Amino acid sequence: MALTRDTDLHRRRLSRNLGLGVVLIGFAALVFGLTIAKVQSGSKLEAYDHQPRVTLLPATGGNQ
Amino acid sequence: MSDIGYLDQGKEAQFGDYVALLKPRVMSLVVFTAFVGLVVAPVPVHPFVGFVAILFIALGGGASGALNMWYDADIDRIMRRTKGRPIPAGRVTEGEALGFGLALAGISCVMLALAANIFAGAFLAFTIFFYAVVYTMWLKRSTPQNIVIGGAAGAFPPMIGWAVATGGVSLESVAMFMLVFLWTPPHFWSLALFMKDDYSNAGVPMLTVTHGRKATRLQILVYTLILAPVAIGTGFTAIGGPVYLAVSLALNALFLKGAWGIYRRAEDTATEDRYAYEKRFFYFSLLYLFGHFSALLIEKGLASFGLGGW
Repeated sequence: MALTRDTDLHRRRLSRNLGLGVVLIGFAALVFGLTIAKVQSGSKLEAYDHQPRVTLLPATGGNQ
Repeated sequence: MSDIGYLDQGKEAQFGDYVALLKPRVMSLVVFTAFVGLVVAPVPVHPFVGFVAILFIALGGGASGALNMWYDADIDRIMRRTKGRPIPAGRVTEGEALGFGLALAGISCVMLALAANIFAGAFLAFTIFFYAVVYTMWLKRSTPQNIVIGGAAGAFPPMIGWAVATGGVSLESVAMFMLVFLWTPPHFWSLALFMKDDYSNAGVPMLTVTHGRKATRLQILVYTLILAPVAIGTGFTAIGGPVYLAVSLALNALFLKGAWGIYRRAEDTATEDRYAYEKRFFYFSLLYLFGHFSALLIEKGLASFGLGGW
Protein backbone atom coordinates (compact mmCIF):
# COMPACT_ATOMS: atom_id res chain seq x y z
CA MET A 1 0.00 0.00 0.00
CA ALA A 2 1.26 3.43 -0.87
CA LEU A 3 2.46 5.57 1.96
CA THR A 4 0.10 8.37 1.05
CA ARG A 5 -3.18 8.06 -0.67
CA ASP A 6 -4.17 10.24 -3.57
CA THR A 7 -7.26 12.08 -2.64
CA ASP A 8 -9.48 13.84 -5.09
CA LEU A 9 -7.80 17.09 -4.06
CA HIS A 10 -4.37 15.83 -5.11
CA ARG A 11 -5.64 14.77 -8.48
CA ARG A 12 -7.35 18.07 -9.14
CA ARG A 13 -4.27 20.02 -8.21
CA LEU A 14 -1.85 17.86 -10.20
CA SER A 15 -1.70 20.08 -13.28
CA ARG A 16 -1.21 23.19 -11.15
CA ASN A 17 1.58 21.65 -9.09
CA LEU A 18 3.39 20.20 -12.09
CA GLY A 19 3.08 23.50 -13.91
CA LEU A 20 4.44 25.48 -10.99
CA GLY A 21 7.34 23.02 -10.67
CA VAL A 22 8.24 23.42 -14.33
CA VAL A 23 8.03 27.22 -14.03
CA LEU A 24 10.31 27.31 -10.98
CA ILE A 25 12.91 25.00 -12.55
CA GLY A 26 12.71 27.10 -15.71
CA PHE A 27 13.29 30.29 -13.72
CA ALA A 28 16.37 28.83 -12.03
CA ALA A 29 17.71 27.75 -15.43
CA LEU A 30 17.05 31.22 -16.79
CA VAL A 31 19.00 32.96 -14.03
CA PHE A 32 21.85 30.50 -14.48
CA GLY A 33 21.86 31.10 -18.23
CA LEU A 34 21.86 34.85 -17.67
CA THR A 35 24.89 34.50 -15.43
CA ILE A 36 26.76 32.58 -18.11
CA ALA A 37 25.73 35.07 -20.80
CA LYS A 38 26.81 38.07 -18.72
CA VAL A 39 30.16 36.52 -17.88
CA GLN A 40 30.77 35.57 -21.52
CA SER A 41 29.98 39.03 -22.81
CA GLY A 42 32.59 40.36 -20.42
CA SER A 43 30.48 42.64 -18.30
CA LYS A 44 32.31 44.21 -15.42
CA LEU A 45 32.39 41.70 -12.58
CA GLU A 46 33.96 43.92 -9.97
CA ALA A 47 32.00 46.61 -8.23
CA TYR A 48 32.64 49.09 -5.48
CA ASP A 49 33.39 47.22 -2.28
CA HIS A 50 33.91 49.89 0.36
CA GLN A 51 37.62 50.30 -0.24
CA PRO A 52 39.49 51.82 -3.14
CA ARG A 53 40.82 49.34 -5.67
CA VAL A 54 43.23 50.21 -8.41
CA THR A 55 41.29 48.28 -11.04
CA LEU A 56 38.21 50.37 -10.45
CA LEU A 57 39.80 53.79 -10.45
CA PRO A 58 39.25 55.92 -13.54
CA ALA A 59 42.16 55.83 -15.95
CA THR A 60 44.53 58.78 -15.84
CA GLY A 61 46.62 60.17 -18.64
CA GLY A 62 50.22 59.69 -17.50
CA ASN A 63 52.19 56.79 -16.05
CA GLN A 64 52.31 57.00 -12.32
CA MET B 1 -16.61 25.80 6.57
CA SER B 2 -16.47 27.83 3.43
CA ASP B 3 -13.27 26.07 2.39
CA ILE B 4 -14.95 22.69 2.10
CA GLY B 5 -17.80 24.19 0.17
CA TYR B 6 -15.36 25.79 -2.23
CA LEU B 7 -13.56 22.50 -2.89
CA ASP B 8 -16.78 20.63 -3.46
CA GLN B 9 -17.77 22.87 -6.31
CA GLY B 10 -15.16 21.13 -8.45
CA LYS B 11 -14.17 24.50 -9.91
CA GLU B 12 -10.58 24.44 -8.81
CA ALA B 13 -8.26 26.57 -10.91
CA GLN B 14 -6.02 24.58 -13.22
CA PHE B 15 -2.64 25.70 -14.51
CA GLY B 16 -4.29 26.83 -17.71
CA ASP B 17 -6.51 29.28 -15.82
CA TYR B 18 -3.47 31.16 -14.60
CA VAL B 19 -2.11 31.18 -18.14
CA ALA B 20 -5.46 32.55 -19.33
CA LEU B 21 -5.14 35.41 -16.82
CA LEU B 22 -2.08 36.55 -18.78
CA LYS B 23 -4.11 37.04 -21.99
CA PRO B 24 -1.82 34.92 -24.17
CA ARG B 25 -3.23 36.22 -27.45
CA VAL B 26 -2.41 39.83 -26.61
CA MET B 27 1.00 38.59 -25.50
CA SER B 28 1.82 37.32 -28.99
CA LEU B 29 1.64 40.88 -30.34
CA VAL B 30 3.79 42.10 -27.45
CA VAL B 31 6.41 39.41 -28.07
CA PHE B 32 6.59 40.08 -31.79
CA THR B 33 6.82 43.88 -31.63
CA ALA B 34 9.25 43.83 -28.67
CA PHE B 35 11.40 41.33 -30.58
CA VAL B 36 11.50 43.56 -33.65
CA GLY B 37 12.28 46.63 -31.51
CA LEU B 38 15.17 44.78 -29.91
CA VAL B 39 16.59 43.33 -33.12
CA VAL B 40 16.47 46.46 -35.28
CA ALA B 41 18.28 48.55 -32.65
CA PRO B 42 21.83 49.48 -33.67
CA VAL B 43 23.38 47.90 -30.54
CA PRO B 44 23.85 44.11 -30.60
CA VAL B 45 22.44 42.12 -27.66
CA HIS B 46 23.64 38.72 -26.46
CA PRO B 47 21.04 36.27 -27.83
CA PHE B 48 20.26 34.76 -24.43
CA VAL B 49 19.94 38.18 -22.78
CA GLY B 50 17.62 39.17 -25.63
CA PHE B 51 15.55 36.03 -25.13
CA VAL B 52 15.23 36.63 -21.39
CA ALA B 53 14.39 40.30 -21.95
CA ILE B 54 11.55 39.47 -24.35
CA LEU B 55 10.28 36.77 -22.01
CA PHE B 56 9.99 39.25 -19.15
CA ILE B 57 8.51 41.98 -21.33
CA ALA B 58 5.85 39.40 -22.28
CA LEU B 59 5.40 38.45 -18.63
CA GLY B 60 4.97 42.12 -17.73
CA GLY B 61 2.31 42.39 -20.43
CA GLY B 62 0.69 39.28 -18.93
CA ALA B 63 0.77 40.88 -15.48
CA SER B 64 -1.14 43.90 -16.75
CA GLY B 65 -3.61 41.47 -18.36
CA ALA B 66 -4.19 39.81 -14.98
CA LEU B 67 -4.65 43.20 -13.28
CA ASN B 68 -7.08 44.15 -16.02
CA MET B 69 -9.10 40.97 -15.44
CA TRP B 70 -9.14 41.66 -11.70
CA TYR B 71 -10.48 45.18 -12.13
CA ASP B 72 -12.87 44.37 -14.97
CA ALA B 73 -14.36 41.22 -13.44
CA ASP B 74 -17.70 42.98 -13.02
CA ILE B 75 -18.07 43.80 -16.72
CA ASP B 76 -16.52 40.50 -17.82
CA ARG B 77 -19.44 38.75 -16.12
CA ILE B 78 -21.89 40.61 -18.37
CA MET B 79 -20.25 40.37 -21.78
CA ARG B 80 -20.71 37.18 -23.78
CA ARG B 81 -17.16 37.29 -25.13
CA THR B 82 -15.57 37.37 -21.66
CA LYS B 83 -17.96 35.25 -19.58
CA GLY B 84 -15.67 32.23 -19.81
CA ARG B 85 -12.64 34.03 -18.33
CA PRO B 86 -11.26 32.49 -15.11
CA ILE B 87 -12.77 35.05 -12.70
CA PRO B 88 -16.33 35.26 -14.11
CA ALA B 89 -16.34 31.46 -14.44
CA GLY B 90 -15.55 31.23 -10.71
CA ARG B 91 -12.29 29.29 -10.99
CA VAL B 92 -10.02 32.09 -9.76
CA THR B 93 -11.02 34.63 -7.12
CA GLU B 94 -10.56 38.35 -7.72
CA GLY B 95 -8.04 38.66 -4.90
CA GLU B 96 -5.99 35.82 -6.36
CA ALA B 97 -5.85 37.53 -9.75
CA LEU B 98 -4.78 40.80 -8.10
CA GLY B 99 -2.00 39.12 -6.14
CA PHE B 100 -0.91 37.13 -9.18
CA GLY B 101 -0.80 40.26 -11.34
CA LEU B 102 1.11 42.35 -8.80
CA ALA B 103 3.64 39.59 -8.11
CA LEU B 104 4.29 39.00 -11.81
CA ALA B 105 4.57 42.76 -12.44
CA GLY B 106 7.25 43.00 -9.73
CA ILE B 107 9.17 39.97 -10.93
CA SER B 108 9.12 40.97 -14.59
CA CYS B 109 10.28 44.58 -14.02
CA VAL B 110 13.08 43.59 -11.64
CA MET B 111 14.25 40.76 -13.89
CA LEU B 112 14.20 42.99 -16.97
CA ALA B 113 16.20 45.65 -15.13
CA LEU B 114 18.75 43.02 -14.07
CA ALA B 115 18.96 41.26 -17.43
CA ALA B 116 19.10 44.39 -19.59
CA ASN B 117 19.24 47.80 -17.91
CA ILE B 118 17.40 49.88 -15.32
CA PHE B 119 15.79 52.10 -17.94
CA ALA B 120 14.14 49.15 -19.70
CA GLY B 121 12.85 47.80 -16.38
CA ALA B 122 11.45 51.19 -15.38
CA PHE B 123 9.86 51.57 -18.81
CA LEU B 124 8.14 48.20 -18.39
CA ALA B 125 6.88 49.27 -14.96
CA PHE B 126 5.49 52.45 -16.49
CA THR B 127 3.77 50.46 -19.25
CA ILE B 128 2.08 48.16 -16.72
CA PHE B 129 1.00 51.20 -14.68
CA PHE B 130 -0.32 52.88 -17.81
CA TYR B 131 -2.37 49.88 -18.88
CA ALA B 132 -3.66 48.85 -15.46
CA VAL B 133 -4.29 52.26 -13.91
CA VAL B 134 -4.57 54.91 -16.63
CA TYR B 135 -6.42 52.74 -19.14
CA THR B 136 -8.30 50.07 -17.16
CA MET B 137 -9.21 51.96 -14.02
CA TRP B 138 -9.50 55.48 -15.27
CA LEU B 139 -10.27 55.99 -18.95
CA LYS B 140 -11.84 52.76 -20.18
CA ARG B 141 -15.18 53.45 -18.55
CA SER B 142 -15.19 57.21 -18.87
CA THR B 143 -14.40 58.13 -22.48
CA PRO B 144 -15.21 56.68 -25.92
CA GLN B 145 -11.62 57.45 -26.94
CA ASN B 146 -10.59 54.76 -24.43
CA ILE B 147 -9.00 52.43 -26.95
CA VAL B 148 -6.83 55.23 -28.34
CA ILE B 149 -5.26 55.54 -24.88
CA GLY B 150 -5.23 51.77 -24.42
CA GLY B 151 -3.44 51.57 -27.76
CA ALA B 152 -0.54 53.52 -26.27
CA ALA B 153 0.02 50.75 -23.72
CA GLY B 154 0.06 48.21 -26.55
CA ALA B 155 2.50 50.40 -28.49
CA PHE B 156 5.19 50.59 -25.80
CA PRO B 157 6.69 47.06 -26.26
CA PRO B 158 8.79 47.88 -29.36
CA MET B 159 10.16 50.89 -27.47
CA ILE B 160 11.02 48.66 -24.50
CA GLY B 161 12.73 46.21 -26.87
CA TRP B 162 14.74 49.12 -28.29
CA ALA B 163 15.56 50.30 -24.76
CA VAL B 164 16.83 46.81 -23.86
CA ALA B 165 19.47 47.16 -26.58
CA THR B 166 20.28 50.87 -26.42
CA GLY B 167 19.27 51.88 -22.89
CA GLY B 168 17.27 54.83 -24.18
CA VAL B 169 14.74 56.30 -26.59
CA SER B 170 15.28 57.65 -30.08
CA LEU B 171 13.41 58.74 -33.20
CA GLU B 172 13.24 55.20 -34.55
CA SER B 173 11.71 53.74 -31.41
CA VAL B 174 9.16 56.57 -31.26
CA ALA B 175 8.31 55.84 -34.92
CA MET B 176 7.57 52.20 -34.05
CA PHE B 177 5.46 53.39 -31.12
CA MET B 178 3.44 55.73 -33.35
CA LEU B 179 2.91 52.95 -35.87
CA VAL B 180 1.18 50.67 -33.33
CA PHE B 181 -0.48 53.57 -31.51
CA LEU B 182 -2.21 54.99 -34.61
CA TRP B 183 -2.97 51.51 -35.96
CA THR B 184 -4.99 50.51 -32.86
CA PRO B 185 -8.07 52.75 -33.40
CA PRO B 186 -8.92 51.57 -36.95
CA HIS B 187 -8.09 48.00 -35.92
CA PHE B 188 -10.26 47.99 -32.84
CA TRP B 189 -13.16 50.10 -34.08
CA SER B 190 -13.60 47.89 -37.13
CA LEU B 191 -13.99 45.02 -34.63
CA ALA B 192 -16.46 47.10 -32.63
CA LEU B 193 -18.56 47.64 -35.77
CA PHE B 194 -19.36 43.95 -36.08
CA MET B 195 -19.19 42.94 -32.39
CA LYS B 196 -22.52 44.54 -31.65
CA ASP B 197 -24.25 45.12 -28.30
CA ASP B 198 -21.76 43.49 -25.97
CA TYR B 199 -20.10 46.67 -24.74
CA SER B 200 -23.29 48.68 -24.45
CA ASN B 201 -24.76 46.03 -22.14
CA ALA B 202 -21.70 46.29 -19.92
CA GLY B 203 -21.87 50.08 -19.83
CA VAL B 204 -18.43 50.63 -21.40
CA PRO B 205 -18.56 53.74 -23.60
CA MET B 206 -17.66 52.44 -27.04
CA LEU B 207 -17.60 54.93 -29.87
CA THR B 208 -20.19 52.87 -31.79
CA VAL B 209 -22.62 53.34 -28.91
CA THR B 210 -21.91 56.88 -27.76
CA HIS B 211 -21.45 58.58 -31.13
CA GLY B 212 -23.08 56.10 -33.48
CA ARG B 213 -21.73 53.83 -36.18
CA LYS B 214 -21.46 56.57 -38.81
CA ALA B 215 -19.11 58.58 -36.57
CA THR B 216 -17.08 55.43 -35.91
CA ARG B 217 -16.65 54.87 -39.63
CA LEU B 218 -15.39 58.44 -39.99
CA GLN B 219 -12.96 58.02 -37.08
CA ILE B 220 -11.54 54.88 -38.69
CA LEU B 221 -10.87 56.86 -41.86
CA VAL B 222 -9.33 59.80 -39.96
CA TYR B 223 -6.93 57.64 -37.96
CA THR B 224 -5.97 55.67 -41.08
CA LEU B 225 -5.18 58.98 -42.83
CA ILE B 226 -2.90 60.04 -39.97
CA LEU B 227 -1.35 56.58 -39.78
CA ALA B 228 -0.29 56.38 -43.43
CA PRO B 229 2.32 59.20 -43.48
CA VAL B 230 3.76 58.02 -40.14
CA ALA B 231 4.05 54.42 -41.36
CA ILE B 232 5.58 55.43 -44.69
CA GLY B 233 7.78 58.08 -43.06
CA THR B 234 9.33 55.41 -40.82
CA GLY B 235 10.87 54.08 -44.03
CA PHE B 236 13.16 57.13 -44.17
CA THR B 237 14.60 56.67 -40.68
CA ALA B 238 17.68 54.58 -39.87
CA ILE B 239 15.62 51.39 -39.47
CA GLY B 240 13.84 51.77 -42.81
CA GLY B 241 14.97 51.10 -46.34
CA PRO B 242 13.71 50.39 -49.85
CA VAL B 243 12.10 47.05 -48.92
CA TYR B 244 10.23 48.57 -46.00
CA LEU B 245 9.18 51.52 -48.10
CA ALA B 246 7.79 49.30 -50.86
CA VAL B 247 5.91 47.10 -48.38
CA SER B 248 4.60 50.13 -46.50
CA LEU B 249 3.39 51.90 -49.65
CA ALA B 250 1.48 48.80 -50.77
CA LEU B 251 -0.04 48.07 -47.36
CA ASN B 252 -1.04 51.69 -46.76
CA ALA B 253 -2.66 52.00 -50.18
CA LEU B 254 -4.79 48.93 -49.40
CA PHE B 255 -5.51 50.07 -45.85
CA LEU B 256 -6.61 53.52 -47.00
CA LYS B 257 -8.79 51.97 -49.69
CA GLY B 258 -10.37 49.75 -47.03
CA ALA B 259 -10.93 52.65 -44.63
CA TRP B 260 -12.51 54.69 -47.42
CA GLY B 261 -14.78 51.74 -48.23
CA ILE B 262 -15.80 51.46 -44.58
CA TYR B 263 -16.57 55.17 -44.45
CA ARG B 264 -18.71 55.02 -47.59
CA ARG B 265 -20.71 51.97 -46.59
CA ALA B 266 -24.31 52.38 -45.57
CA GLU B 267 -25.44 50.59 -42.43
CA ASP B 268 -28.16 48.67 -44.32
CA THR B 269 -25.71 47.13 -46.77
CA ALA B 270 -23.40 46.22 -43.88
CA THR B 271 -26.18 44.44 -41.98
CA GLU B 272 -27.25 42.67 -45.16
CA ASP B 273 -23.92 40.98 -45.81
CA ARG B 274 -23.28 40.55 -42.08
CA TYR B 275 -20.39 43.00 -41.96
CA ALA B 276 -18.27 41.00 -44.39
CA TYR B 277 -16.37 44.14 -45.50
CA GLU B 278 -15.66 45.26 -41.90
CA LYS B 279 -14.47 41.77 -41.00
CA ARG B 280 -12.11 41.71 -43.97
CA PHE B 281 -10.75 45.13 -42.98
CA PHE B 282 -10.20 43.90 -39.43
CA TYR B 283 -8.24 40.84 -40.56
CA PHE B 284 -6.28 42.95 -43.02
CA SER B 285 -5.32 45.29 -40.18
CA LEU B 286 -3.55 42.37 -38.50
CA LEU B 287 -1.65 41.66 -41.71
CA TYR B 288 -0.87 45.39 -41.99
CA LEU B 289 0.94 45.55 -38.66
CA PHE B 290 2.63 42.18 -39.12
CA GLY B 291 3.79 43.27 -42.59
CA HIS B 292 5.36 46.52 -41.37
CA PHE B 293 7.27 44.94 -38.52
CA SER B 294 8.37 42.01 -40.69
CA ALA B 295 9.68 44.50 -43.26
CA LEU B 296 11.74 46.16 -40.53
CA LEU B 297 13.19 42.75 -39.68
CA ILE B 298 13.98 42.10 -43.35
CA GLU B 299 15.82 45.43 -43.60
CA LYS B 300 17.91 44.45 -40.60
CA GLY B 301 18.58 41.01 -42.07
CA LEU B 302 19.67 42.53 -45.37
CA ALA B 303 21.93 44.98 -43.58
CA SER B 304 24.08 42.10 -42.34
CA PHE B 305 24.78 41.26 -46.01
CA GLY B 306 25.65 44.85 -46.72
CA LEU B 307 22.26 45.43 -48.36
CA GLY B 308 19.14 47.19 -47.16
CA GLY B 309 18.86 50.53 -45.42
CA TRP B 310 19.69 53.76 -47.14
